[in-house]
Amino acid sequence: MKKHIPLIVLLVGGAWLVSTLFPRKQVSEFDLAGFGRIPVLVNGRIKPMDTVARGTLLQLQGRQRVTLPDKGQLSPIAWLATVYFESGLSDDYRTLEISHPDVLALFNLKPTDGDGKKRFSFNQLKAELPELQRQSTLAQQIETQQRSPFQRAVVQLHLNVARYQELKHSLVMPDTEDFLGELLRFQAIVPMGIEALRAKQRGEDYAEDVFGAMIAMGQRYDAMATGSTLRPIPPVGENGDPNSWLTTGQALLETFSNGSINTTALAYAGLAHAWRNNQPEQFNKIIDLYRAELHKRYADILKKTDTEVRFNAAQPFYTSMELYVVAFLLAIFSWLKWPHVLGRSAFWLIVLAFVATTAGIVTRMWLEGRPPVTNLYSSALFVGWGAVLLCLILESIYKNGIGSVAAGAVGFCTLLIAHHLSLSGDTLEMMRAVLDSNFWLATHVVVVATGYAATFLAGFLALIYIGRGLFTTTLDKATADSLARMVYGIVCFATLFSLVGTVLGGIWADQSWGRFWGWDPKENGALIIVLWNAIILHARWGGLVKQRGLMCLAVFGNIVTSWSWFGTNMLGVGLHSYGFMEAAFWWLLAFVISQLAIIAVANLPLEKWRSFRTVGN
Amino acid sequence: MREYWKAFVDFFVSLRLTVALLALSIVLIFWATLAQVQLGVWGVQAKFFQTFFVLAKIPGTQIPVPVFPGGYFIGGLLLINLVAAHINRFKFTWRKAGIQLTHIGLIILLIGELLTGLWQEEYQMRLDEGETKNYSESYRDNELAIIDTTKANYDDVVAIPDSRLDRGAEIQYPKLPFRVVVRDYYPNAALQMRSQVPNAPESLATAGIGPRIATTPLPLTYKQNERNLAAAYVELIGPEGTLGTWLVSTQLLMPQSFEYAGRTWALSLRFARNYKPFSLKLIDFSHDVYAGTDIPKNFSSRIKLTTVDGQDDREVLIYMNNPLRYAGLTFYQAGFDNDDRTTVLQVVHNPSWVLPYISCGLMSIGLLLQFGLSLVGFNRKHRAAA
Repeated sequence: MKKHIPLIVLLVGGAWLVSTLFPRKQVSEFDLAGFGRIPVLVNGRIKPMDTVARGTLLQLQGRQRVTLPDKGQLSPIAWLATVYFESGLSDDYRTLEISHPDVLALFNLKPTDGDGKKRFSFNQLKAELPELQRQSTLAQQIETQQRSPFQRAVVQLHLNVARYQELKHSLVMPDTEDFLGELLRFQAIVPMGIEALRAKQRGEDYAEDVFGAMIAMGQRYDAMATGSTLRPIPPVGENGDPNSWLTTGQALLETFSNGSINTTALAYAGLAHAWRNNQPEQFNKIIDLYRAELHKRYADILKKTDTEVRFNAAQPFYTSMELYVVAFLLAIFSWLKWPHVLGRSAFWLIVLAFVATTAGIVTRMWLEGRPPVTNLYSSALFVGWGAVLLCLILESIYKNGIGSVAAGAVGFCTLLIAHHLSLSGDTLEMMRAVLDSNFWLATHVVVVATGYAATFLAGFLALIYIGRGLFTTTLDKATADSLARMVYGIVCFATLFSLVGTVLGGIWADQSWGRFWGWDPKENGALIIVLWNAIILHARWGGLVKQRGLMCLAVFGNIVTSWSWFGTNMLGVGLHSYGFMEAAFWWLLAFVISQLAIIAVANLPLEKWRSFRTVGN
Repeated sequence: MREYWKAFVDFFVSLRLTVALLALSIVLIFWATLAQVQLGVWGVQAKFFQTFFVLAKIPGTQIPVPVFPGGYFIGGLLLINLVAAHINRFKFTWRKAGIQLTHIGLIILLIGELLTGLWQEEYQMRLDEGETKNYSESYRDNELAIIDTTKANYDDVVAIPDSRLDRGAEIQYPKLPFRVVVRDYYPNAALQMRSQVPNAPESLATAGIGPRIATTPLPLTYKQNERNLAAAYVELIGPEGTLGTWLVSTQLLMPQSFEYAGRTWALSLRFARNYKPFSLKLIDFSHDVYAGTDIPKNFSSRIKLTTVDGQDDREVLIYMNNPLRYAGLTFYQAGFDNDDRTTVLQVVHNPSWVLPYISCGLMSIGLLLQFGLSLVGFNRKHRAAA
């Protein structure tokens, strides 16, 4: 029985992984899954409504789940449909996160008024929105990096409220009960209104009431056109140019020039009508018809958006995170008991998690049509992926659980970092012109990220050495020697990749900016990693450090890499900076201090090391 | 004597020295990265890298003292260390070949960086749509141009680099019928109409637009998107006495003209120019964004390239990651201005650009060889042990 445990673990884990691929049963009679698959152009990219819902919720409140006032729960897409079609309800949902106490004071709110003590509804904020606007305008006069936490919070909240308001005006006007009826009236009066306009221009009598009504409606749709950047209306003919997608307001204004209302805009109004009047059959029918219509012209786009919805629901990175934790724990326990059984089980779980992250990364690459690393978020995914791959190789050579422990820890941490980076918005954003070169993204960026991964891994293996040696008696000579060999091998690998990656970066810079090396912070960071790895190798070759010294140097490599990866972005200068992340700064500082502390502890005399003390005895 | 020589050699070939120098370079680079927030990328290069020592002023005084080895110092010692170690220990074996190749690549890289620092010249060329230019302009250097514009079909230009324009400097040149005396020079200054600055000190200028303008010296800026705008008061003195004192500044775009000795002259302080035997004309600049956003998707300049001798007369497209390489110069799309009607091209002359490529190749092969061989060796040992 015992020897079958690894196989059973593998099967159970695999079954669980596969189960995430199948959509969960819908609770609503409305075809929300179908609604979630409708494509829309936001921030330059065509994506499914489902992604809009999840991304917006992450941005507004840091999580995808919505808690209803009656403690019920709402899926992201159900929330989005409510915002679009019945914002009177969603205005009461507490989805706007405020954590700065001074910002709460602006609204005369207490933390206890909010869901989870930090999430508030639009209606709770409504009365003081002019004041928020004023404070935000004041704060925006100051440069981003110089803003105080209060100013940043105010600007962020203002942006979030605007984003929410924008969604409300994206498909229908929120201020009317029956937008569909309004559009049908609009359709009817446009010809008469235009006739009246012509009469007016000729100086004849004209139907003032019809003309006035038409102008008033036109003004409403103009407000919609300027009030939202979401473009849910695809071009009428077959047209591959994303610039031809329109906002609903723009599409409605076109009625003046072509006399009939855009059918997609009508379909959205129909959906709103069915939603408000609780007519699921009608809602579902409109969705089916619209989708069939789209399929004729945009089968390729639908293939991508459908896959993206599936990808969103499967959440391969969350699943992997959980697998990594379980594997990590199993591998740790394998050092205490049942080394073979638990070690193999952990190994297979790591393999499963690795498969899931690989699938996730490949799907993202296909959706985006890009190499794996395009922004900080995807670099976190890739660094974790590369480190886990190296761990799997180590583990299949040494079979001592060390590779699995490192894989579990690094895999989990990098995915956690990625999760926090994903809170700032769409992670499949469009590439800025400077970086728009698939060749260099595929070579320089990937090689450098692999160098990061390897340097981190060497540091983590060193942490294992120090942890086991200091606090447990499990670090016997054979384990210590094999760990030292692993660290040395990984440092060699890291040197190769970080050096080649850095030089490739120089060549890219020569190709596109005219200089091989510009002392840009990100370039300097990469160079420091190369130099640090070179120091480790030379110190070892010259006999300047022994095993423990090697481990301490490798741990310091963690600091060097985290500086290059994140620290350089926090300087806010240079061509490579992606944005200032003030919260991340404190985490980085804490990480650096923790690593320094570990190095200090590792330098305790050998008799304090539990493992070596035992060996000595 | 022999021991001293041996100790001397041992010091320069030691791995300890290598490790120490690498550590120092990490500190230097880290420090320079932090300093970039204040000094900007040019300031940092001058202060930390293109120098033997990083200087800092003793607090409260203007006396600079070296506080840390600079880029030339560390890089130079590293180069000596590398070369010396290889000469001293060189013995060809396959096992060492990878490491040796890597280090030769590194030597080339260091030399390449040194030559780049010495030889590389960077200019920029701003072109409005429809405009033709046969010169580029320096990012940092200025020149005082004294132009004889008497002839209708050509100008006779005397350009004095700003390194010669110190206060009190006197310049005499055979082509000029007068001496140029620099009464004052500000590397960075703001100009305002005198009427807006009621209590401004009296102007040194007596001719041209100068008397109507007040000049305020400003501290030097190192920000990447700002440049220093110099101003100077120059007096022209002929054999019969002074012609007057002019205010010149890179902010005064129009040259100031005057008559002397039966000729017409124009005077201006301008960004130092680098003339070329060919000219570029901007036909069209385009700036694409992603639909519904202001995220830039591409910048491109359609340029007409014409040489004086008529051998080249063609259109080229310069865009991101795709520069024009011509006549030893490289033209990169660097920016835009003026509501997308002006393109800014960066013009770089770097004769040693090919060295990093060679070095990259050598180092990659070297490291692959080295680690590949160790991996094979490790595998064999591991197999044998298992």
